[in-house]
Amino acid sequence: MSGVWVWVEQSGGTAANISWEALGLGRRLAGALGQEVIALVFGMNASMLARTAFQYGADKAIVCEDATLAEFRLEPYATLLSRLAGQHQPYAILAGASACGRDLAGAVAVDLEAGLIPDAVDVELVDGVLEVTRPVYAGKLLARAVSSGSPQIITIRSRAFPVPAMDERRIGEVKPVEAVLAEEDIAAKIAGMEASTGYISLTDAAIVVSGGRGVGGPEGFEPLQQLADVLGASLGASRAAVDAGWIAYEHQVGQTGKTISPDIYIACGISGAVQHQAGIRTAKVIIAINTDLEAPIMKIARYAIVGDLFEVVPALNAAFEKRLG
Amino acid sequence: MILRIIVCAKETPDTVATVEAREGVVTWDDAPLVINPWDEYAVEEALLLREKGLAATCTVISMGREDGSEALKHAIAMGADEAILISDPVLADADTLLTSHVLAQAIRQFEDVGLAVFGRQAIDGDTGQTAVQVGRRLGWSTLTYVSHILELDAAEGSITVERMLEQGRQICTGTLPAVISVLKDINEPRYPSFVGLRRATQTDVAVWTAVDIGLGAAVISKVTWPEVSNLPVHAGAAEIIDGATAEEKVEKLVEKLMAEKGIWR
Ligand SMILES: Cc1cc2nc3c(=O)[nH]c(=O)nc-3n(C[C@H](O)[C@H](O)[C@H](O)COP(=O)(O)OP(=O)(O)OC[C@H]3O[C@@H](n4cnc5c(N)ncnc54)[C@H](O)[C@@H]3O)c2cc1C
Ligand SMILES: Nc1ncnc2c1ncn2[C@@H]1O[C@H](COP(=O)(O)O)[C@@H](O)[C@H]1O
Repeated sequence: MSGVWVWVEQSGGTAANISWEALGLGRRLAGALGQEVIALVFGMNASMLARTAFQYGADKAIVCEDATLAEFRLEPYATLLSRLAGQHQPYAILAGASACGRDLAGAVAVDLEAGLIPDAVDVELVDGVLEVTRPVYAGKLLARAVSSGSPQIITIRSRAFPVPAMDERRIGEVKPVEAVLAEEDIAAKIAGMEASTGYISLTDAAIVVSGGRGVGGPEGFEPLQQLADVLGASLGASRAAVDAGWIAYEHQVGQTGKTISPDIYIACGISGAVQHQAGIRTAKVIIAINTDLEAPIMKIARYAIVGDLFEVVPALNAAFEKRLG
Repeated sequence: MILRIIVCAKETPDTVATVEAREGVVTWDDAPLVINPWDEYAVEEALLLREKGLAATCTVISMGREDGSEALKHAIAMGADEAILISDPVLADADTLLTSHVLAQAIRQFEDVGLAVFGRQAIDGDTGQTAVQVGRRLGWSTLTYVSHILELDAAEGSITVERMLEQGRQICTGTLPAVISVLKDINEPRYPSFVGLRRATQTDVAVWTAVDIGLGAAVISKVTWPEVSNLPVHAGAAEIIDGATAEEKVEKLVEKLMAEKGIWR
């Protein structure tokens, strides 16, 4: 059982940021174990991405550029990864807790009858076992989780681990492998993809500006969008705003929406119901902008401005514009 | 038309329950148990497919404690046809590896299943892994994070869905039988009707044990939680930024934010 494996997720040939976060964690663990970090890179642009993986700390890369793997599909990806893991017996497999990462880790765990711990926010090595900290009960509690047997499979929450420093001179050994499944053995066919362009994925965003019922209507999101543009932030929303049809569900933050960990979360006209809190418990700094001093959001915010968001948000916009640029 | 849709639904503490760790054990005192909120969408989607004539029967399966299941009651009250509870002391504290094994084995007891529908995740364990693991065990097409079923064609044996991923909305086709997990975007769950609620109290829930579904001893839980703790106590309420005007308050706030370490890179 040797080697810390990190799956490098890509879509359209571009790697997901969370993969580098996983690689940073892999590097740290492998260092402590005296083992190698091996990047698993499949699909479009895999050889190029393997080079970036070396720069982020991978020692080796197992690469498969087969056309069946161009975009993530569960069957060919899981079958290949399970086959490789069966052959090489890694100590651990790490992936991002993205939609694809969760699917892949789940299927591979079944194939290998291995324990899977999803959505880690911290991982420590204790006597050769990975002790994972992860939020449970909608983020109300923290569990320390361990899995017996090997490999230990872990997915990590976006932005919980730092992206490692890049060393452009670092190189490594590439091991090309063949795909296991042929196209006719794969049931899933991707018929189309409508990329969410124009805004940064909510889960990746360092800053999120979010609006609730207090914005009053779809047009109420305009000043928030302007602030988000100035800050390079992503736009979030409460369920009340989504249910009212003011903004698409992609933006919903909370228990039945996305769980995010931005550095700054600006909640505008959001009361901060427990279900909303469930999505932002790992945010670093929460700022509440609300007319109601008694709103529950005040209990979890670091800073609050009690006032009308339609005055405060444009003022924030102006103040940041002056400073940032 | 597919013959049977199976919905897997879990009982969880209510979302507003105060959940706490006491001496390392999770408790929610006497807060009510409810159907896992995501699973309401799964039940609703199955009922909609049945009502559109795309499926004949909707069977709901839940693995949980022996004295009944709020998830099953709720699903029947919404309109599901049949409920099965899998309950066995050997399944207590099952991880997803074992849970998926049990649910897959339960689904295998039926020969006419065209579709198995799951919620996106259970709000207690928060893992979001069970659907994909059941799908893998069954060897069925597995389509997770479904926001829309575009086509379910039993004659062709195919299903086409819209999935919501970080990178965008994907249209994907798979073969039947299939496992799907659904997002909140997919529908608006109905409230149980009065008749439904009455039916729920009258419907017998079949109870299956590990032996009934032929569970071997081969699959065991691998993941344990040696410790559960409360979140670090928050250092009191928010600092309220004062000022005569919005501009003044904002100036002060921005000053403070710019001074926060490790945020501006
Ligand atoms: C099973 C379940 C799951 C749920 N999942 C989610 C989820 O994922 N995400 C989620 O967000 N919610 C979720 N909810 C809903 C949640 O309980 C709340 O209803 C919702 O979060 C409220 O949204 P809100 O804060 O925007 O609205 P409200 O609670 O109505 O709050 C509006 C706030 O805006 C303030 N305000 C009004 N006007 C202004 C102004 N001009 N300037 C400044 N402030 C103003 C008000 O003081 C108030 O605090 C869920 C509920 C259930 C039962
Ligand atoms: N004990 C259970 N009984 C029935 N369904 C379950 C159970 N556990 C999980 N599920 C299903 O799997 C989904 C995902 O759960 P989880 O992987 O635990 O987050 C849930 O929304 C349910 O549809």
